[in-house]
Amino acid sequence: MKILVPVKRVPDPATTIRVLPDGSGIATDNVKWVINPFDEIAIEEALRIKEKQGSGEVVLAAVGQQSWQEQLRTGLAMGADRALLVRTDAALDTLAIARLLAKLAEDQKPDIIILGKQAIDDDSNQVGQMLAEMLGWPQATFASKVEFQDRKCTVVREVDGGLETIGFDLPAIVTTDLRLNEPRYASLPGIMKARKKELKEIPAESLGVDLTPKLKIKKLDPPPKRQAGRKVASVEELVQVLHNEAKVI
Amino acid sequence: MGDVLVFAEHQQGKFPKSSLTAILAGQELAQKRGGKAVAVVASDNPDSLASELAKYGCAKVVALAHPALKNYLADAHAQALAALVKSSGAEYVLATATAMGKDLMPRLAARLGAPMASEIVAINEDGTLIRPMYAGNALATIEMDGPVKVVTVRATAFDAAKPADSPAPVEKVNAEIDGASARMQFVAFNQTKSDRPQLIEARIVVSGGRGLKSGDNFKTVLEPLVDEMGAAMGASRAAVDAGFVPNDLQVGQTGKVVAPELYVAVGISGAIQHLAGMKDSKVIAAINKDEEAPIFSVADYGLVADLFKAVPEMVQEVKKLKQS
Ligand SMILES: Cc1cc2nc3c(=O)[nH]c(=O)nc-3n(C[C@H](O)[C@H](O)[C@H](O)COP(=O)(O)OP(=O)(O)OC[C@H]3O[C@@H](n4cnc5c(N)ncnc54)[C@H](O)[C@@H]3O)c2cc1C
Repeated sequence: MKILVPVKRVPDPATTIRVLPDGSGIATDNVKWVINPFDEIAIEEALRIKEKQGSGEVVLAAVGQQSWQEQLRTGLAMGADRALLVRTDAALDTLAIARLLAKLAEDQKPDIIILGKQAIDDDSNQVGQMLAEMLGWPQATFASKVEFQDRKCTVVREVDGGLETIGFDLPAIVTTDLRLNEPRYASLPGIMKARKKELKEIPAESLGVDLTPKLKIKKLDPPPKRQAGRKVASVEELVQVLHNEAKVI
Repeated sequence: MGDVLVFAEHQQGKFPKSSLTAILAGQELAQKRGGKAVAVVASDNPDSLASELAKYGCAKVVALAHPALKNYLADAHAQALAALVKSSGAEYVLATATAMGKDLMPRLAARLGAPMASEIVAINEDGTLIRPMYAGNALATIEMDGPVKVVTVRATAFDAAKPADSPAPVEKVNAEIDGASARMQFVAFNQTKSDRPQLIEARIVVSGGRGLKSGDNFKTVLEPLVDEMGAAMGASRAAVDAGFVPNDLQVGQTGKVVAPELYVAVGISGAIQHLAGMKDSKVIAAINKDEEAPIFSVADYGLVADLFKAVPEMVQEVKKLKQS
């Protein structure tokens, strides 16, 4: 099975994010950059599928700047076979990114595309679903279990109030939720091998896609700060203040 | 121009509060854009749902009917809604950012070639929208271009629509869905059984974290407090990952966002990803044995204590309070 895994570069989730005073973006001076954690889960799932089936290919794809090579190399070190970097320095919206990925998919013809359900920087949760529509494929978002029987795929999804199971034929789109798997770390031999794996750059403009953003971020503001309250000395006091002062119980 | 189609999700034949939230947000957006709000329900048999929806003061209710709309599936729903958006000339399509809204609306946006703003928390007078990014560490002001725009709203950021004086007219529309949508099939829904209030609707939420140490402790230590307070139960990611409680109880950036009157965090450290899901609660109380735990930086009332001693005591205190 050929599996395409789109990957995004995001600030490490442990980084404290600060909005720049002029609202133009976030301060990046102390930011460590990593693969979006949900995309790591997607890579892991792809590798497990390939390992279980004993054959196949895992292709990574990213749409971004030169520096994103770093995250693609990390994914290759985890075990992916090769990577594609659609190069652009422009700020694209989700529609443009999905269109570029759709072009790659038409060219690469994967059997399945596995993406993270959301990127932890902009938290949009859109690209997988958009890509599914553009390709006319089934979609299974928020996956916590993915199984195959020949060309049939069954996915258990994390939805409100429980777990939903849906089924469909490949090709299809799956987006990962947290409980799908625990991603492996890149091993030292993996890192050595990754240096020699193919990482192909493709200029975004060459794909013939309208990249003009229809969604623009005009500015960022820091959220209102919540005042820390006070410590109480006992359970009895806690219940009293919740009743008499806060009046919530 | 300025008209807003509000997709109202239904569950087990009813509209949850989160759907009424979408209606009020849709009405606010329509008013600011000089248009009207039209509510949409989709089902194989939408008649009674449509008359229920008609109570909430929209200009019109559209009942989209088609056998393929029996169980929710993204493809068929996106097709049906897209055709309706085109024929209605609406400028916005809006839904709540529930699991269904998150699954459906981006697919619809792509079908319409429309931009989409996820989980907005406010609508400005000029029509720009506010949405959190970076786990709530930044609030972005969003502007969208194009004849159609897609929006999901955060359920906790808007009130629920109230019944209006007179019902809206209902228009039944046979949905346009092609046979290809049959490529996605609904297999099963495994509902988490619970008699407790729904997490995103509850007035009080009591959440447990890794500090609880086991699923058994959730049952024997935390649940008595949850039930004594008539609360919904939530959890941190660490507690869910460890298998202490079901997945859909996760509160946070990548789980559910809640904003109850009272949020009680028990044995939760207060990682930024957790705070993103609860820091807009009206009152926050925290019980943690580590006085440096970051949860105390957002808590109105903090108790530094061993939860295994404090929580059973709290059950007794709340009981006493109810009796007095
Ligand atoms: C991509 C990504 C997404 C994430 N999304 C979410 C999310 O949506 N929601 C979420 O919650 N987290 C999320 N996280 C995880 C988050 O970063 C934290 O790891 C998690 O919230 C920690 O859970 P916790 O507070 O229960 O555990 P810990 O951080 O281990 O804290 C346990 C707390 O319990 C206290 N404690 C222990 N024993 C006792 C006792 N006997 N009495 C009193 N207190 C005690 C300790 O002092 C400690 O403060 C995400 C992380 C990533 C990378």
